[in-house]
Amino acid sequence: MIPLVDAFTLAAVGAGALLFMAGTLGLLRFPDTLSRLHTLSKADNLGLGLVVLGLLPQADSLAGGLKLVCIWLLAQLSAATASQLIAGVLPRRKSGS
Amino acid sequence: MTLLLDLALIAWLLALAMHIAMAPKDQNAIVAFIAFGLLLGLGWIRLSSIDVALTEVAVGGGLTGVLLLRAEAHLRARPATGRVTSVAHRTMAALGCAAVACGLALVVLLFPAPAPTLAPTVAANLDATGLGNPVTAVLLAHRALDTLLEKVVLLLALIGVWSLAPDRLWGGAADLRPAFVPEPLAYLARMLPPFGVLIAVYMFWVGADAPGGTFQAGTVLAAMWLLVMLAGLRPAPDTRRLGLRLVLVGGPALFLAIGFLGFAIADGFLAYPEGAAKPLIVGIEAALTVSIGAILGLLVAGPARKAPTP
Repeated sequence: MIPLVDAFTLAAVGAGALLFMAGTLGLLRFPDTLSRLHTLSKADNLGLGLVVLGLLPQADSLAGGLKLVCIWLLAQLSAATASQLIAGVLPRRKSGS
Repeated sequence: MTLLLDLALIAWLLALAMHIAMAPKDQNAIVAFIAFGLLLGLGWIRLSSIDVALTEVAVGGGLTGVLLLRAEAHLRARPATGRVTSVAHRTMAALGCAAVACGLALVVLLFPAPAPTLAPTVAANLDATGLGNPVTAVLLAHRALDTLLEKVVLLLALIGVWSLAPDRLWGGAADLRPAFVPEPLAYLARMLPPFGVLIAVYMFWVGADAPGGTFQAGTVLAAMWLLVMLAGLRPAPDTRRLGLRLVLVGGPALFLAIGFLGFAIADGFLAYPEGAAKPLIVGIEAALTVSIGAILGLLVAGPARKAPTP
C-alpha cells in the first residue's frame, strides 16, 4: 500500500495535469482570443497551484517548499501580465487594422 | 516508465521542429522556437546536464527568442523582396539537416561502452580547485582559456550589432520604449527586477558548488534590464558612455589580468596558485556575470537609433 503522502502527491499532481489538459482543450476550441486567455489563466493559476501543492510534501526542506511556492507566484505574475498585455492589444488591433 | 517520458519528449521535439520549419508566418515560427528551447531544456535535464539546461532555457529559449521577435518586427516593416525559396532548395536543405542528424546519432550510438570521457579525472581533481561543481571547474579552471575567448567573442558580436547603425548615430542610444506602454507591463517591470536580481546573484553564487554559473545569471540580469528598458522606466544608455563601456569590458579584462598574473604567482597563463583558486575564480565570475548581463542586454537592445546626447 503506497504511503498516504505519495497518494496525496499523485492525486494533486494528477488533478493539476487534468486542469492543464482542460486549459489546452479550451485554447484549441474556444472561439475568440479573450476566452482562450481565460482558459490559459485557469491552467496557470489553479493547475500549477495543484501541482505545487502535490509536490510540497516531497520537498527536501522548508526552503525547498518555499522555492516551489515562489515559482508558482512568479508564474502567476508573468502569466497575468501576459494575458493583460494580449487582451490590451486586441481593441487597438481591431480599430487599427 | 521514464523510457515512455523520453520517447514522448523526443516525439514532441521532432514535431515542434517540423512545425518551426514549415510555419508559414515567421512570428509563429519564432514563438514555436521559444517553446522548443524550453522542451530542449527538459531534454538536457533528462541527460543530467542541469547547467546546460539552465543555459538552454535562458539563452536559447528566452533571449534568442526576444532577439528574433524584434528582428522579425523590423523586417516586417520593410517591403517584401518577393524572393521565394524554391522547392528544390528546401528539399536539399532538409536532406542536409537529416544527414547531419543521422550522422550525429550514429556517432553517439557507436560509442564504445563506457564512452571515452574525462569526467572521472575532473571529479578526482575537484578538491584542488576548491569548487564543488565539476562544470564550473572545467569552465573556469581546466578550460579557462575557452571561456575567456567566448567572452571576447560576445564583445565582438556586440560591436558587430552596434556597427549596424548609420555613421552619424554611432555612440547613440538604442530605442526600446514602445510608443504606448501598457500599465501591466510597467507594473511587472517594477515588481520583477528585485526578484530577478536576487535569483541572478543566487545562481552565480551557487554555481561554484551546484548547477548554476555566470552565463545563466548574466542572462537573468540582462532580462531584468531589458524589462525595465522596454517598460520605459529607464532609457537605454548612450553606447559611447565611458561607464557603460567599462562595465562591458570589465569582466573579460579582469579575467585576462588574472590570467597574466598567473605568470607571476603560479605556473603560467591562467594558472591559479594552490589554495587561492576559489577566491580568484569567484572574483572572475562576479565580474563576468555583470559584464555578460550588460552585453546580452545591449545585444537585444540593438544598434543605435538616436544621435548621442552631447
